[in-house]
Amino acid sequence: MHFRQFDEQSIELLVVETIIAAGGERLCARETMSSDLYQERSNVIRIIFLVVAVIFIARLAVMQIFDSSYKEKADQQALRTITQYPARGLIYDRNGKLLVYNEAVYDLMVIPKMTKRLDTALFCSVVGISRSEFDQRMMKACRFSSYSPSIFMKQVSKEEYATWQSHLYKFHGFYVQQRTLRVYEKPIAAHVLGYVGEVDDNDISADSTYYRQGDYIGKSGLEKSYEEVLRGTKGKRIMHVDVHNREIGPYLNGSLDTMAVEGGNLYTTIDATLQEYAESLMANKRGCIVAIEPATGEVLTLASAPSYDPNLLVGRIRGKNYFQLASDPSKPLFNRALQAQYPPGSIFKVAQAMTALNLGVITPGQGFPCDKSLVGCHNHPSARSVREAIKMSCNPYFYYTYRRIIQQGKFKSIYQDSPYGLTVWDDYMHRFGFGTRLPIDLPNVKSGRIPDTAFYNRHYGKERWAFSTIYSNSIGQGEVEVVPLQMANLACIVANRGYYNTPHLVRFYGPDSARNEEYYKRHETGIRPDYFDIAAGGMYDVVHVAGGTARRANIPDIDICGKTGTAQNSGDDHSVFICFAPKDKPKIAVAVYVENARGGGGYWAAPIASLIVEKYIRGEVTRKDVENMYRTAAPCQKLPLPVRNKRKKK
Amino acid sequence: MIENKIDWLTIALYAVILLFGWLNIYAACYDESHSAVLDLTTKHGKQLLWIGVSLLLAVLMTHVQPSIYSSMAYLIYMVILALLIVTLFVGAVIKGGQSWIDFGFFKFQPSEFAKFATALAVAKYISSLDNENDYSNIRNKVIVWMLILIPALLILLQHDTGSALVFASFLLPLYRHGMSGRILLLGLAAILLFVVALLVNRFIIVGVLAAIGLIYLFVWLSKRTRKHYVWVTSLFLLCSAFTFSVDFVFENVLESHQRDRIYVLLGKTQDTRGTGYNVYQSKIAIGSGGFMGKGFLNGTITKADFVPEQETDFIFCTVGEEWGFVGCTVVLLLYLALLLRVVRLAERQRSRFSRFYGYAVASILFFHLFINVGMVLGLVPVIGIPLPFFSYGGSSLMAFTILLFIFLRLDQARTELV
Repeated sequence: MHFRQFDEQSIELLVVETIIAAGGERLCARETMSSDLYQERSNVIRIIFLVVAVIFIARLAVMQIFDSSYKEKADQQALRTITQYPARGLIYDRNGKLLVYNEAVYDLMVIPKMTKRLDTALFCSVVGISRSEFDQRMMKACRFSSYSPSIFMKQVSKEEYATWQSHLYKFHGFYVQQRTLRVYEKPIAAHVLGYVGEVDDNDISADSTYYRQGDYIGKSGLEKSYEEVLRGTKGKRIMHVDVHNREIGPYLNGSLDTMAVEGGNLYTTIDATLQEYAESLMANKRGCIVAIEPATGEVLTLASAPSYDPNLLVGRIRGKNYFQLASDPSKPLFNRALQAQYPPGSIFKVAQAMTALNLGVITPGQGFPCDKSLVGCHNHPSARSVREAIKMSCNPYFYYTYRRIIQQGKFKSIYQDSPYGLTVWDDYMHRFGFGTRLPIDLPNVKSGRIPDTAFYNRHYGKERWAFSTIYSNSIGQGEVEVVPLQMANLACIVANRGYYNTPHLVRFYGPDSARNEEYYKRHETGIRPDYFDIAAGGMYDVVHVAGGTARRANIPDIDICGKTGTAQNSGDDHSVFICFAPKDKPKIAVAVYVENARGGGGYWAAPIASLIVEKYIRGEVTRKDVENMYRTAAPCQKLPLPVRNKRKKK
Repeated sequence: MIENKIDWLTIALYAVILLFGWLNIYAACYDESHSAVLDLTTKHGKQLLWIGVSLLLAVLMTHVQPSIYSSMAYLIYMVILALLIVTLFVGAVIKGGQSWIDFGFFKFQPSEFAKFATALAVAKYISSLDNENDYSNIRNKVIVWMLILIPALLILLQHDTGSALVFASFLLPLYRHGMSGRILLLGLAAILLFVVALLVNRFIIVGVLAAIGLIYLFVWLSKRTRKHYVWVTSLFLLCSAFTFSVDFVFENVLESHQRDRIYVLLGKTQDTRGTGYNVYQSKIAIGSGGFMGKGFLNGTITKADFVPEQETDFIFCTVGEEWGFVGCTVVLLLYLALLLRVVRLAERQRSRFSRFYGYAVASILFFHLFINVGMVLGLVPVIGIPLPFFSYGGSSLMAFTILLFIFLRLDQARTELV
């Protein structure tokens, strides 16, 4: 604008000068007395005309070419963009059963400036709100904008809308906008499916081209990780509105309008029946069940307990319910299967045995005495082979084994030898998928912890620690932490005799049935398959042979292989079990983790896992008594846990 | 009798402006249910009727005896004065102005016709003087200004300030015929001082004026006489008095809406919903047109009634929005061409009557253009006067047509009129 002022001033100066010059001439002209004394003045008048034309054209150039704010203001007041919300994609289970669909709801919108001569009393009685509530909502809408629409009443159900739909025409300035809400067919798989909520400021700034205030976005679970597939493409209609905010018609005959494209569907790997069954078994308990198809890495069941009905986090009731769930001390919103970093307990021994065998530090026929002075153990004969050690879960045996891995004798000093051994061990553990985030298609998966030399150097100082400091790792205690998904993955690795596919929840998605190629890649442990045969044999014995730790997991006619764990922690021991079945060509691998359940892995986790296996393989459970007992049992220590010092197994 | 050809170039410019103006009125009032061109219930339909009547008047004006304009000048002037007085008593009040005589089917606005009548009368008086220098005679000056100010005053009494101000355009033909250029300068300086006095503290202005006077006296002039001191001092006192009287004039003489319009223009008040609404919307409409415009009938602002008076005083918005910078420039250049052509024609007149009248035509058209376009562009305060040949309205179109075609007739007869 400075430019313009300068321009006009300078032009005015020019006019003044011209006029002064012409005024001076007049004096001279008077002397000559010709017939037309002032003819020269016609030029002054012409110049005035010209100058004004130039000023106007310059002004027009500034307004129309250089200043774009007028265009923005014009569009802002004369065009109204109406967003067409696409229906969110549906979610199916592995057998084509519908898990999640949409239901129409209605947002009652208001444009405050247009609500003249409103019969407020009638309006309140029709819509069913009090006068003070009306005033409050109206004030909020006015504060947002008097001229643009804002939501007066959110997510009115189809039924409620039907009762006052016919009155709506009486209330000028109000209209409804259709939205969709998620409906969950069954109250299962809350942690897998996640929930949808209104976008917050972070969501908007992360993708400001798509999201607007009031939009919905997947906040957790598959809803979040497949947001871009599920959300679809918004459409828009641009309406030309007049000065009274009345729609005149589609802007440019609708040539800029776009249709909404509905969201892509998700075809998940979840088995809805098994998921429901797993959740019923976890009733009254804290913990989780993860079941995977070993050959593909497809997650059949992912149940975290306690859980909640996903329908509680939908629509207008969401806020209240969310608060309730979030403040529950048993943390129902917490997905234990992916986020709880537990000590794995004895199931970890399988990985130790495979590592030691592959490193050649032990042989399959290696025996070690069950020396309880090294580390505590239960009463059993000494193991004479790897297979027997797994069957009996002998702690001293794995103490020895781990010592051979950590202290391989490559260096004289144990303080140099241990870091070397630990580095080798770390590498093996990572090959098993431990200590790393398994890139499952759900958000917020945790990595667990496989301590490395840097970790111990930080805690104890460089060369101030050795095997004797860290031996608890050998039996899945100490500094090791694992998430249940990694435990189930370990079962898959044994079932596959040495490799795994990254566990995942979606087979394919969208109209083109796209799939994530990452999930079709094999991750090899690099350990010889025949060593895994030994592990599988040991795990078979755990269930089937006298002296095995999980005889309760025995299923008639199904060769189930498993490994128990009893993980010590500040409360009562956690009960852990991993298994796969059948022994040859396994169809399912399961990990079960029950928190603070006195009684050990064989007592709680193993039978629950066996029920899952039977249900999946046979389609029904024959052991009704077992089923009933574990469904109704509530073995978990009450929360909050008593404060106790952490102790290590001696 | 030697008859020259009528000036077809002027007629062509007139026709093009008229046609383009009608297209924009059609666009401004466009309504899909009334898109027929000849529909007398619509404004564009009515305007077409006025155009027809105007063309008839044009033919009439160019076929009467040319000497009749000179001989009948005072009579016409008196008739119009009478009409203006009658309007004061029986006039219909429309939009605050009592300027219309209502004939039912047609509202006649005498003030529009007062312009050409006054132009004829003043031209007649100037031409009746013995020689050009007679304008310097005080008595003659008073008579000339009486002729101009009486209709202006009557129109002012009708609360039509805009039309009254148009009579200031007689300054230009008078200047061409001997009025001192200092009056123009003084007028310009007064306007500048008025605006500055509203924006800047008066004591600062007086200080600056004093400084300019002192610098002129003691730095600029090498020799100083007593006369210089007297002139500079009196000029300084005059300017100071003017500066201090601005507030008084502003508060007590101007009406409140006029004050508001000036304040909005000067940016002292930001009022986009009340007083400033029209100009705010008109600037949005024009500014949003961009370089090429949104296209005929595609204006989003003018089509949605955001700009009040958009087919009359704010018709230029429609040009700006739908035809963009290119369209606006073409329109302005058409007007400039018309003005310069009229001046050129005026210069070739032998009779002072014709020449003065020609200049009056150019000046009146120019004044309307300047105020109207300046207003919609936000450069001039809102003064409601129409854009000649462009704005909707029967009286103004007919009056402008008569104004122009009388001159074309005089020009055609330039060799016989001396």
